[in-house]
Amino acid sequence: MNIQEMILTLQKYWSNQNCILMQAYDVEKGAGTMSPMTLLRSLGPEPWNVAYVEPSRRPNDGRYGENPNRLYQHHQFQVIMKPSPDNIQELYLDSLKELGVNPLEHDIRFVEDNWENPTLGAAGLGWEVWLDGMEITQFTYFQQIGGLEANPVAVELTYGIERLASYIQNKENVFDLEWNNGVTIRDIFYQPEYEHSKYTFEESNTEMLFELFTMYEQEAKTTMEKGLVFPAYDYVLKCSHTFNLLDAKGVISVTERTGYISRIRNLARNIAKAYVAERERLGYPMLNKEEK
Amino acid sequence: MAKNALFEIGLEELPARFVDDAEKQLLDKTTKWLTELRISFDNIKTYSTPRRLAVLISNMGEIQESVEEEVKGPSESIAKDADGNWTKAAIGFTKGQGKTVDDIYLKEIKGTSYIYVKKHIKGQKTFDLLPEFKKIIESIQFGKNMRWSTQTMRYARPIRWLVALFGEEVVRFEVATVETGNQTFGHRFLGNEITIQEAQQYESLLRKEYVIVDSNEREQMIVEQIKNLEEKENVIIPVDKDLLNEVRNLVEYPTVFLGSFEEEYLQLPSEVLITSMKEHQRYFPVMSNKQELLAKFIGVRNGDDYSISTVVKGNEKVLRARLSDAEFFYEEDQKHSIDFYLEKLQRVVFQVKLGTYTDKVNRVISITKEICKELQLDDVTMNKAIRAAEISKFDLMTNMVDEFTELQGIIGEKYAIIFGEDEEIAKAVREHYLPKQANGDLPETQIGSIVSIADKLDTIVGCISIGLIPTGSQDPYGLRRQAAGILRILSGNKWNISLEFLLEIAKSIYRNTEIEIDNKEEVTKALKEFFQQRASYLLKESNIESDIIQAVTNNGIGVYVFTEEKARVLSERRNDPDFKSIEEALVRVLNLADKTENMNIDAKWFETESENALYETYQNIAADYSQALEDFDAEEALLHLSNLSKPIHDFFDNNMVMADDENVRNNRLALVNNIANMIKKYAELTLIEWKQHQ
Repeated sequence: MNIQEMILTLQKYWSNQNCILMQAYDVEKGAGTMSPMTLLRSLGPEPWNVAYVEPSRRPNDGRYGENPNRLYQHHQFQVIMKPSPDNIQELYLDSLKELGVNPLEHDIRFVEDNWENPTLGAAGLGWEVWLDGMEITQFTYFQQIGGLEANPVAVELTYGIERLASYIQNKENVFDLEWNNGVTIRDIFYQPEYEHSKYTFEESNTEMLFELFTMYEQEAKTTMEKGLVFPAYDYVLKCSHTFNLLDAKGVISVTERTGYISRIRNLARNIAKAYVAERERLGYPMLNKEEK
Repeated sequence: MAKNALFEIGLEELPARFVDDAEKQLLDKTTKWLTELRISFDNIKTYSTPRRLAVLISNMGEIQESVEEEVKGPSESIAKDADGNWTKAAIGFTKGQGKTVDDIYLKEIKGTSYIYVKKHIKGQKTFDLLPEFKKIIESIQFGKNMRWSTQTMRYARPIRWLVALFGEEVVRFEVATVETGNQTFGHRFLGNEITIQEAQQYESLLRKEYVIVDSNEREQMIVEQIKNLEEKENVIIPVDKDLLNEVRNLVEYPTVFLGSFEEEYLQLPSEVLITSMKEHQRYFPVMSNKQELLAKFIGVRNGDDYSISTVVKGNEKVLRARLSDAEFFYEEDQKHSIDFYLEKLQRVVFQVKLGTYTDKVNRVISITKEICKELQLDDVTMNKAIRAAEISKFDLMTNMVDEFTELQGIIGEKYAIIFGEDEEIAKAVREHYLPKQANGDLPETQIGSIVSIADKLDTIVGCISIGLIPTGSQDPYGLRRQAAGILRILSGNKWNISLEFLLEIAKSIYRNTEIEIDNKEEVTKALKEFFQQRASYLLKESNIESDIIQAVTNNGIGVYVFTEEKARVLSERRNDPDFKSIEEALVRVLNLADKTENMNIDAKWFETESENALYETYQNIAADYSQALEDFDAEEALLHLSNLSKPIHDFFDNNMVMADDENVRNNRLALVNNIANMIKKYAELTLIEWKQHQ
């Protein structure tokens, strides 16, 4: 099964479980969790079921396309269900069967793993799902987001697409994975992997990035003050990515580093609060929908 | 008539580390509950797997045991009127208990007579009482709890089904909206949903559905399969107890398999291989008959051996990816130098307020120097210790430690040797993290011990000075473990350095840097208390009782090895009848010593023979006593103090300290005060509960 077929299969499967199929969010981010479709929508009492592919950028993991296991940008298939259904583990295992993974031929385990993202004031409990010893999915019940308690609890499934594909396609090198018939990850992503690594570690304009960070942060604050939650959050994402670029280049000193992280966290916390307040003001439109 | 009962809590996969303890709680709580309920039973057996906790109670009485209970009523004076007739109060009391005045009898409590009735409490049907099991389920404690869906309950993982059976009947109750029934589930992939007709079928029914509910049996299965492989492959598989315990709680039906990896990876440090296998993948490493690590590993699958070769291949692939990463790091790391890594430490924060790792290392070097001077070590040793301190943290910047954090120090030693450092210095880099646990190994080398103390001292003084004092279970920097480590190293080496001296060094070194730490008196106090608690903890561990601990640490810890020795000697003497008179004499002095700090003795004011005798003995022993203290000879020092015993008793028996003449009085007080000071240098003997008379 190539990656394209895997994505189509997962989309179809979760669509049948009443998930809204979304597209990737158009601002750079380090993980599918950071999309507002997860981070903001997991808050508050409204039901929310969604699935989407998220290209995730990790400047620090850039390896000029040389490392068989690490990428500047990889892909996550993200599922959020709120409230978490009682049969979520069975739903998940059935999705693996759809991908051609017969559990009787493998060893599938749920190994304790508690997830935490201090930058976003988020934490959850759950497992890494192991397929014959390889971590293929992060399975998390959110407990806290943006410093607020998650109630009802949303469950998050994050499939590592390249990880899973390397298993399904039995390939040792991530660049050999087939995206579509005859087209490999190397064909599509080798050049950007090399160039982004070169840019991140060698060529980026540090001064400009520092300036951008400050500008984005200011814009997030100003926008927040005007009660515009989603645009403000976009600027938080931009702050976060800019910080990651600077951090990967090693130009953020120690004392500054913790400072930057806490600046982003404060923004995220305020936005989480504002989002919840705004939904309440709107009368929780999606909650009412279900009651009707 | 008796019946069996079964309760099973079905869960999403529990963290392996919680399983054993939860099963034990289930046993204890059930036993206590049935005893309190007066329900008879033959046996309670508990079970656990990652997906279930269960308890089987055999031959339970169908009816709770009845009891006769004495119920106390009002006092006789209230229960009877002046004519000796029962009052309304008495009649009301008996009615309330379902009795009549004919049932009343009297009993006296502390001189007052009260009325009583005997009440027969009839046992209820066991079946009606069993829904209370809900409370036991809810009361199991886990290290970390979570919420799920719309539930308000917090539990280790979501509850998915509940079985509650008494005989063949379902006991009805619900927990977190899950209702009880007689349906359970077999192995996730190999088993089916099944109905349990009777509690005793539990083990065998689930066995058919590929679930071994007894964790000891699962462990046995793993051990036996490993043994078979050992024989078949002619290898040795050391079975780590902790890993075995974890693995048995990760599977419901264990099947052991043997995998292998490329021989080339054997050139990696064995710790790296072992950590990759054990910590990251939960595999058991395999050794040859000559105890050499082989390019093989043992895994345990949750299931049977169907298509096991696919599982083996998958696991081999994962391990290969990890080892290939490790090999890459190993080669990359060696392309640089120690200086390269030390330079990088400048950019890593140790603690926001305490600066970078470079700042920390510089402080550790300074402390190391001072300790070496205090120990009067030669220049060669001192330079080695300083070099060890200088490079103690370099490996934190290597790719290998970044990936295998738990190998800090161990990688440091390997790399230091590769980079051409002296072997002893390299060893000290590893040893300065010791001891890693409360009873863990101590550093073997002298310089490792010194750098270890210096590093820990710096962390503790720094953290406490900025208010990071451990509270309850919160000790993120492991300060308690480190403080105990310092004391154990001092004791192990029998080093003649007082703890107060060490704390002063660490504080003064902070004062010489740009880092601001709080130097207020509260900090000194907090540090003193912190170390006193740690010392008390350690002394208690070696069976010293708390009054003795108080007595020997009251004026600070001092030289810890001496403190330990004094505690040991005093623990013996406190029960020794021969010591009674001596102890009484010394305590007499301490009790009379005043706080005037009147210390000037002038022999011309002595009036009596006994005064002179005491003064003379005091002078005679002074030098030897001081010498014994300096030698940290607790026996010898106490022996010198013992010489004061008779003169002290004579002194008090024959003289009034509070004499009328001011000069005589002050002189006597001065003598007492001087002797008291002398005794206090040993211990605060007034705090000890003497037990010779018992």
